[in-house]
Amino acid sequence: MKKLRLSPQTIPMVASVAVLIVLYVGGCLAFDNFGSLRVLINLFGDNAFLGVAAIGITFVILSGGIDLSVGAVVALTSILIAGLIGHGLHPLAAIAVSLAFGAAFGALMGTLIQVFELPPFLVTLGGMFLARGLGFVVHPESLSIDHPFYGDFVSQTLSLPVTRKLSIPFTAVCLVAVVIGATMLARWSRFGRNVRAIGSSEASARLMGVPIARTKILVYTLAGALSALGGVVATFYMQSGNPASFVGLELDAIAAAVIGGTLLRGGVGFIPGTLVGVLILGVIQTLIIFQGTLNSWWTRIAVGGLLFVFILLQQLITRRKK
Amino acid sequence: MSEPILSCRGLTKRFPGVVALDGVDFFARPGEVHALMGENGAGKSTLIKALTGVHPRDAGEAVLAGKSIHPRSPREAEAAGISTVYQEVNLIPDLSVAENICLGRQETTLGFIRWGAIRERASAALARLGVAVDVDKTLSDCSIAIQQLVAIARATDISARVLILDEPTSSLDDSEVEELFTVVRRLRDEGWAIIFVSHFLDQVYALADRITVLRNGKLVGEFLAAELPRLQLVAHMMGRSINEVEALQHREPPARPAGEPLVSVRGFGRRASVRPLDLEVRRGEVLGLAGLLGSGRTEVARLLFGLDRADSGEMHVEGKPAAMRSPQASLRARFALTPEDRKSQAILPNLTVRENLIIALQARRGIWRKIPRQEQDRLVSQFTRALGIKTSSPEQLIRNLSGGNQQKVILARWLATEPRLLLLDEPTRGIDVGAQADIERLLAKLRDEGLAIIFICADTAELARNSQRIAVMRDRAKVAELTGADLNEQAIMRAIAHGDASHPSS
Repeated sequence: MKKLRLSPQTIPMVASVAVLIVLYVGGCLAFDNFGSLRVLINLFGDNAFLGVAAIGITFVILSGGIDLSVGAVVALTSILIAGLIGHGLHPLAAIAVSLAFGAAFGALMGTLIQVFELPPFLVTLGGMFLARGLGFVVHPESLSIDHPFYGDFVSQTLSLPVTRKLSIPFTAVCLVAVVIGATMLARWSRFGRNVRAIGSSEASARLMGVPIARTKILVYTLAGALSALGGVVATFYMQSGNPASFVGLELDAIAAAVIGGTLLRGGVGFIPGTLVGVLILGVIQTLIIFQGTLNSWWTRIAVGGLLFVFILLQQLITRRKK
Repeated sequence: MSEPILSCRGLTKRFPGVVALDGVDFFARPGEVHALMGENGAGKSTLIKALTGVHPRDAGEAVLAGKSIHPRSPREAEAAGISTVYQEVNLIPDLSVAENICLGRQETTLGFIRWGAIRERASAALARLGVAVDVDKTLSDCSIAIQQLVAIARATDISARVLILDEPTSSLDDSEVEELFTVVRRLRDEGWAIIFVSHFLDQVYALADRITVLRNGKLVGEFLAAELPRLQLVAHMMGRSINEVEALQHREPPARPAGEPLVSVRGFGRRASVRPLDLEVRRGEVLGLAGLLGSGRTEVARLLFGLDRADSGEMHVEGKPAAMRSPQASLRARFALTPEDRKSQAILPNLTVRENLIIALQARRGIWRKIPRQEQDRLVSQFTRALGIKTSSPEQLIRNLSGGNQQKVILARWLATEPRLLLLDEPTRGIDVGAQADIERLLAKLRDEGLAIIFICADTAELARNSQRIAVMRDRAKVAELTGADLNEQAIMRAIAHGDASHPSS
């Protein structure tokens, strides 16, 4: 039996779980109905697109890079799906096209970063503008999706009933499935291990025979695909697409990853931690809604404060190690 | 004597403008530790890099176990049977010990990592070396010594026959070095052919069976360690006669000069850094600072230079009260400091030799009074010649120079500011004997020209032969000051151990 022990790498993760529990229990004590199953389910359902996109960005950060295009790609995908369905394409085909587009978009950025040794920050910044602009070319404003697949199949058939009046939305199912798959990928696959190795020390990883180019391009491809999946989930959630939506989503995603224990320098991080980070953002938002009088921008203030606390915590841990 | 497993003949490697390796023969035999010695620039690293495929050779042949090999990358060299452990640990700090040992080696089924198999394999590899480490521990949580052993475990966990240890001991303390050597001897006894590169003569004689000496890219000779006296080895490395080397080692420092101190401090200290102490240094004097790592040597230099602010005591420069509140103030007072950590605190790796050299002088003049290019070139050529800096051009990036030459450029940077007080923190660390001798000679010359020098050095023998007075630090306090007949290793060690040179019993 392995002894349970807190290594410096897992302390931030444990801390973020503790914060989540404190916030949630605090909410339950302060407000009636906060502890209801419905609120809990909505926490997953409402934040599913953020969660899926944040998982993608977590892989990029693990590899030592960054992806700023996430929000724009989610928005572009959502309007692309709405537009394609509007032109008569079957939703499944539209989703497949969007996912392929997202992956190709990520692969293109990854190739630029790897082959021309360009900084990820700038390449994905360019990608962000490109994707944002392309969204408006597809359709300049919000476009609702009217298709039985969306209206009945996804919203009704695919949701998991819990009680007679309550069911788990398919978006939440997507989020949980992505988290499980990504956790497996990060921990048990050669790809996941190579990503962590490159993020920790690219020069050493090269000497030790890790395929650098392939892995790095794949990381951005995966992030692009997951951003697109985030867009798909967003259309399930909103029953529409909007090229102007999700501005700054990538920054929420980065915040969620960091609060969940991923180091921005790369090499250290946990996929379930990112889910915890996303849920913390969601709980703060719900708390402010329940409170009722506070401006919704207080969510940002709380997240900002929390981010400071967590990066400070990580710094203290790293320093004590030295 | 066993037959060589690795035989290299006529190895040659040219870089633009230099022949880094000129027809060198080298043999590695199973069950033997073969030390590769030479000054920086002698061709040691080039030979290693040619063997490991980092810089494939231009001419010559390398035969491993009867087969000619042409590695084009460290991976290919490893596959052929040559494993390397580098000076700076080249592992992944955030992965576990087990992952580091097995990374990239058949550890998955259908793309899934077999954690159990990895742990077993890693434990076995470490057990073969007689090392006990928790393989689930993150590598960066292990000491450098353990990381080095993990690197050896990784290197020997494949069916290779030749193990190259490229300066593996430079960041280890004595007991860690001994632990490493135990492992190396064990591997030798198992029949590995070990190639050992080190600057430390003691370590080479403690470990090596055979020594090959290179100089200026050429082979000087291959010797049995037991038959090569130390002095002869140093003479071979430097290309000088034994008499010259002896003269260098037994130089009498002149008596302490008369006159007022240039800099004196009373009760000078800083909380949690250096306990209040008195020090003074005159023009034309070398004051040595002795002490173990962490004794406060470096902190004293930082306080004097104003990098840290003293919170007690006073400082006088030429009899007038002065306070060094910042490095800028020190520059104006014409103080100079060459820090201990050359790589991260002294060189600007991506600037040229010229830019590195003039930067302190430019800083003193201020940004509006640019040093004319002609003047810059004159300074660079003057110092390159005076200090014997070996560089292909003043426009060469400093990071491409050897450690000894980098150190000389850093010295030149400060000498260009015509300092009155020179604070040298471990100026000879990690550089070869030749460059070290150059720097020691320069020290004496600067002293005779009337500079006040504070010299920090971990090597007590080096300290003793270069200083006219030695202040001994222990536990962040000055415990003794040695002069005259006490300027020897024994007295320094006694002072470090007991706090007093003259009464060993106390």
